[in-house]
Amino acid sequence: MDEAGNPGRETHQKEPLAAFSGGGNLGDQVFRVLTAFFAALAVLVLAAMALQMFRAALPSLKQFGWKFLSSTDWDPVLDSYGALPYIFGTVASSILALLVALPVALGTAIYLAELAPLWVRRPLGILVELLAAIPSVIYGLWGIFVMSPWLRDSVQPLLQKIFGWTPFFKGVPRGFGMMAGCLVLAIMILPTIASVSRDVLLAVPNSIREGALALGATRWEMVRKAVLPCAKNGILGAVILGLGRALGETMAVTMVIGNRPDISWSLFSPGHSLASVIANEYAEASGDLYLSALTELGLILFGVTLLLNILARVLIWRVARGPAGARN
Amino acid sequence: MTTLRNALLAVLTCAATTVGSAQTISLQGAGATFPYPLYSKWMAEYQKIDPKVQINYQSIGSGGGIKQILERTVDFGATDAEMTAQERAKATATLHHLPMTLGAVVITYNVPGLASGLKLTQEAVAGIFLGQITTWNDPKLTAQNPGAKLPAAPITVAYRSDGSGTTAVFTEYLAKISPEWKTSVGAGKSVKFPIGLGGKGNEGVTGVVKSSPGAIGYVELAYAKQNQMAIASIRNQAGKFVAPSLEGVTAAAQGQKLPENLCLSLVDGPGVKTYPIAAFSYILVYQEQQDATKGKALVDFLWWAIHDGQKLGAALDYAPLPKDQVPAIEARLKLLTANGKPLLTKK
Repeated sequence: MDEAGNPGRETHQKEPLAAFSGGGNLGDQVFRVLTAFFAALAVLVLAAMALQMFRAALPSLKQFGWKFLSSTDWDPVLDSYGALPYIFGTVASSILALLVALPVALGTAIYLAELAPLWVRRPLGILVELLAAIPSVIYGLWGIFVMSPWLRDSVQPLLQKIFGWTPFFKGVPRGFGMMAGCLVLAIMILPTIASVSRDVLLAVPNSIREGALALGATRWEMVRKAVLPCAKNGILGAVILGLGRALGETMAVTMVIGNRPDISWSLFSPGHSLASVIANEYAEASGDLYLSALTELGLILFGVTLLLNILARVLIWRVARGPAGARN
Repeated sequence: MTTLRNALLAVLTCAATTVGSAQTISLQGAGATFPYPLYSKWMAEYQKIDPKVQINYQSIGSGGGIKQILERTVDFGATDAEMTAQERAKATATLHHLPMTLGAVVITYNVPGLASGLKLTQEAVAGIFLGQITTWNDPKLTAQNPGAKLPAAPITVAYRSDGSGTTAVFTEYLAKISPEWKTSVGAGKSVKFPIGLGGKGNEGVTGVVKSSPGAIGYVELAYAKQNQMAIASIRNQAGKFVAPSLEGVTAAAQGQKLPENLCLSLVDGPGVKTYPIAAFSYILVYQEQQDATKGKALVDFLWWAIHDGQKLGAALDYAPLPKDQVPAIEARLKLLTANGKPLLTKK
């Protein structure tokens, strides 16, 4: 953000200042090498992990090839492995959770940053942040003993009555399953997205708001046409943080999702996820091929996370570019 | 380079043992989670008897225990299920299975209006877990439970989603009583269950069962007893319905001759008192111990565990080893050596 109030969000990506690259000063040079080293370290750790996992997954890669991605069979007794139900479970639960959480989180953030009276902002903001600090096993236990019985007895029968004709609400309502998994994830990623988005909105300079209001915009128009477009990069960051948490979440998901590698349109049926199956089966896996297949699932989780992050970036970038007023 | 490293290692180990023998002897073990409460009780009690010996046990799971003893990163391993042929092939020296205690798997259920006393035949158990019996008022269930009002509600099966010795014992039982289970599913620590919801750990299965009316699942005996869960009686090979108890579990092993490797399957065993879903839990030790001091401490501890230690089990819901099988385990302990010399001096 530069002083003129223009949303100059890309400043940090500009070429380094001449004074730094010129480097007559020893301190500057040391500083540059040191920071470059730290930046490289993150990349190196990532690369080393990927390489190590690739090597451990080699027997499974050789045995199953590309079929590993499309096979739905996971049978440790017969040593036959396929990843599709787990990929489906991870992607479906994370994206659905994001769809549920994003509107609520953005609403919370906008209210906290733009609309709420000052005396509400601080306590409510702290409470939202507190939600993010609750350990996932607590969410899972709450999911088992509170949310799933409620879903089974109240929500799912109602949904089935109204939308039973669609493929999404078929089957016996059991509480546990994809729907429970998505909702727990949504609740878990909501505070992350909400609190980061609020901070981003608060960082938008007041001159932007004043400008919009001066042009005759209503509050809603000001938020929609002036503040949100300014904050879109930051909100994208919040979404990616939330998505990352959803993709990698293990404990809470495994406690409510039903842990069954099925692929079904119905939100009532049980599912499984990549992170859950690794956490569930790795400790007791003994066969070489079995271990290798589990490692390959980890590799796939790596890939899925990367791919979804790129997709989210592209998608939101496109959406945010849409209206003329949103350009920066 | 390697010789240099080995020499250095030898010097270091020597130094460590001389220092160690003057003070404490530290033994490391790792493996099965099921016997962990019993083993930690043993270790605490044994330290009172022999304060020099300090034993640490990491309950990382049977698979981890086997891996660690194969890599010799621990002094003993522990497993609920016998090592597979593939695992045995990786052992670089003779490795013994020593039965230490007995565990059982129980069937727990949540049927509204039936707090206790559900009776299940072998066919009923197999039918439910194969997904062939789908409602509680199925004739195969009502026939054996005439007094109980079984509802027309659907059955929700709950199984362990994590790999576990409990699942290994339970599926071994199912494979023994049902040829169809044996061919279509099989036995193992993780299997592809034909139906149901998975819960992580005993607590996960319990969570599903307790919060879903109409659910049925399996957990280990000690866990079910401590959590006061509804437990089904199961018909054994002799045709009697037996509720799980420590006596019923010990009875499963009583009178049976241990085979050469001391690994004996106890599922669906003979005898009228026998509870049919039971298994030994084993400790894994190398015949040739690399360190005489530590080997001696380990053998003495194990000797104590199969004798005096057995009495500590009941309070924690572990069934004691049958008396007629202790001599076979004693004989195995006498085989343990260091530098070719037997380690067991007493008796």
